[in-house]
Amino acid sequence: MENFMKPAPISKKFFTPGVIILTGFAVIGLIIVLIRLLFGLGAVTNLSNQYPWGIWIGIDVAAGVALAAGGFTTAALGHIMHKEEYHVVVRPALLTAMLGYTFVALSVALDLGRYYYIWHPLIMWNGNSVLFEVGMCVMIYLFVLYIEFLPIVTERFIGRVNLPGFLKVFNNPVDKFLRLLDRTLNKVMFIFIIAGVVLSCLHQSSLGTLMVIAGPKMHPLWQTPILPLLFLLSAISVGFPMVIFESLITSKSFGLKPELKVLSNLGSMVAPMLGIYLSFKIGDMVIRKTFVYLNEINIESILFAIEVVVGIIIPLRIFLSPKLIKSPVGLFIGSALVIFGVLLNRVNNFIVAYNPPYKFTPYFPSIGEIGVTLGFIALEVLLFRAFVMIFPIVSVPQYITPQTKFSVRGA
Amino acid sequence: MVNESRRKFLKLTALIGASITGLSPRKLKAAPKNILDKNRMGVLVDTTACIGCRKCEWACKVAHNLPTLPLESYDDRSVFRNMRRPDDKALTVVNEYPAKRQEEFPINVKIQCMHCDHPACVSACIVGAFSKEEIGAVVWDTKKCIGCRYCMVACPFQIPAFEFNKAIQPEIRKCDFCFQRTKEGKLPACVEICPMEALTYGKREELVKIAHEKIKLYPERYINHVYGEYEVGGTSWMYLANRDFVELQFPKLGKNPAPGVTEAIQHGIFAYFVPPVALYALLGVVMWINKNRKKTVEAE
Repeated sequence: MENFMKPAPISKKFFTPGVIILTGFAVIGLIIVLIRLLFGLGAVTNLSNQYPWGIWIGIDVAAGVALAAGGFTTAALGHIMHKEEYHVVVRPALLTAMLGYTFVALSVALDLGRYYYIWHPLIMWNGNSVLFEVGMCVMIYLFVLYIEFLPIVTERFIGRVNLPGFLKVFNNPVDKFLRLLDRTLNKVMFIFIIAGVVLSCLHQSSLGTLMVIAGPKMHPLWQTPILPLLFLLSAISVGFPMVIFESLITSKSFGLKPELKVLSNLGSMVAPMLGIYLSFKIGDMVIRKTFVYLNEINIESILFAIEVVVGIIIPLRIFLSPKLIKSPVGLFIGSALVIFGVLLNRVNNFIVAYNPPYKFTPYFPSIGEIGVTLGFIALEVLLFRAFVMIFPIVSVPQYITPQTKFSVRGA
Repeated sequence: MVNESRRKFLKLTALIGASITGLSPRKLKAAPKNILDKNRMGVLVDTTACIGCRKCEWACKVAHNLPTLPLESYDDRSVFRNMRRPDDKALTVVNEYPAKRQEEFPINVKIQCMHCDHPACVSACIVGAFSKEEIGAVVWDTKKCIGCRYCMVACPFQIPAFEFNKAIQPEIRKCDFCFQRTKEGKLPACVEICPMEALTYGKREELVKIAHEKIKLYPERYINHVYGEYEVGGTSWMYLANRDFVELQFPKLGKNPAPGVTEAIQHGIFAYFVPPVALYALLGVVMWINKNRKKTVEAE
């Protein structure tokens, strides 16, 4: 199955002007994190007893989970449907998911009043709590993602273990251990791949159930018992656009040729998924007769309209056009719009739709909250860049690859 | 009527939603305690008797070891100019609503946790830190809480408050129905101090009867609505008033328990782990078939 394209570490300069700006954002974010840890949530957030959840939950966690959906959708396509031509996008998507979920976990911890008790749900169960289910699934899925990533680590280091100083004596044992790990993982990986897809379906949907309990506090445009289904469908539809978006940016940033054929094929699968999502969203609106709320012009109705028109209908049109999905520009704009739509949907569900009965000051994220959110995104991009330079993740044409073959693989 | 059919519809959609995700809702055993004792206690608040002396606010702070100004300072009625809500420093507050006619008195409303019979906080809490006790109180356990504040998102009355300015061991604060005092046979602090007997402590069942008798005896004094009798499935604290509760800023709520359809959806998706396991098996089969088909193609 040796292919013309093969994943390999990319050798390029790490620091570019863009990277330096991102580092600045990351540092600011981390400083705010420190202030939050020292002085409490009130010191850096605009949260109140009326608005207990802000953008750290709405964007960092809810949207973060949705936008990491590329991991399980490509795993399902590449491994479960066994479409080998898509293997070139599986690794970048896996890395995004792994980093994405790591930051989701960090954001949750940061938002918890008692972050040092984050392990409590492991032993204190509440089967009625949606949050409990989401928490457990995310925890297990994060573990699964790390396992799924391990073969990339073993591939990188087998035959090249080079420990510094007196640790040199361990070079051989470590190499042997890595080879054993690689062989074992190879045999059992399918268990984790399927588990990853199941866990994703569970928590992507349950993330939608989270806000159902807020009942009349949620704006009727979003409050529906089929929220879990809408969340799952939107997560599935944003999976491939996220992969396309990232792949195009990665190739641009590293000066590689985009995998246009694979990306176009991926793009051709987006339209049906978006269509299903749209039909459920509109169908729900018609059945519950919530379109009456679109007559009032207010922040809720405007954002709902933007979410549906800009975030679903326009990209649906783009992905339906055979011409546009063959061009990088069309793919890029379409994917960016789907991502924007799902991001806005999560923000709408968790923040805009949430209307507590006693409002003193309406919620708007503080500089500190925005700073942390931007800082985390910057950190994620930086780590992504570092990872693709260290590990064989992005597929590049063979002739410029450093030799990554080793005896165990490819046999 | 409209509400009724809407609710039916919501239930139906939830069922459809659940079955689309592959399942039928079934009830699992609840992890946290939610005992609905027949003899659970409650309080009937007669807003027409309350004079807004705010002694209950003082007594509550003393009973819960919260810092407070001396009792005399509570005579200051200027606080009524703003609407206040219970927070981490005051578990109960009294608000005033101006009289409609000159000869009437203003209305004072004491607010605190309603101690729901089917509390959203108990259902929502990720670690089961909330529980509904036999005596009727909904109490919070500091040993479990992780500070996620989902209870605040879930509560239909927007009652739980959080210590946002504490970095270590911030607490969720709300009225605990004087759980410690009632255990020792004492009255809740606010009930004990109330000079107007605006607060009646007793078995919830009897309080409902008393409330309806009062309405029957003084139909000109009360509107025919006991707030809390049916709201979100019933609450331990109930209110009588002489005008519509919406005018007194009580949230308008249905009769269904506050957790609503979430538990049905949740237990639908998880019905004894059948749906996840079934999905796992299905994906496994698909994966196996696809892999084998590939092999046969290659073999040919």
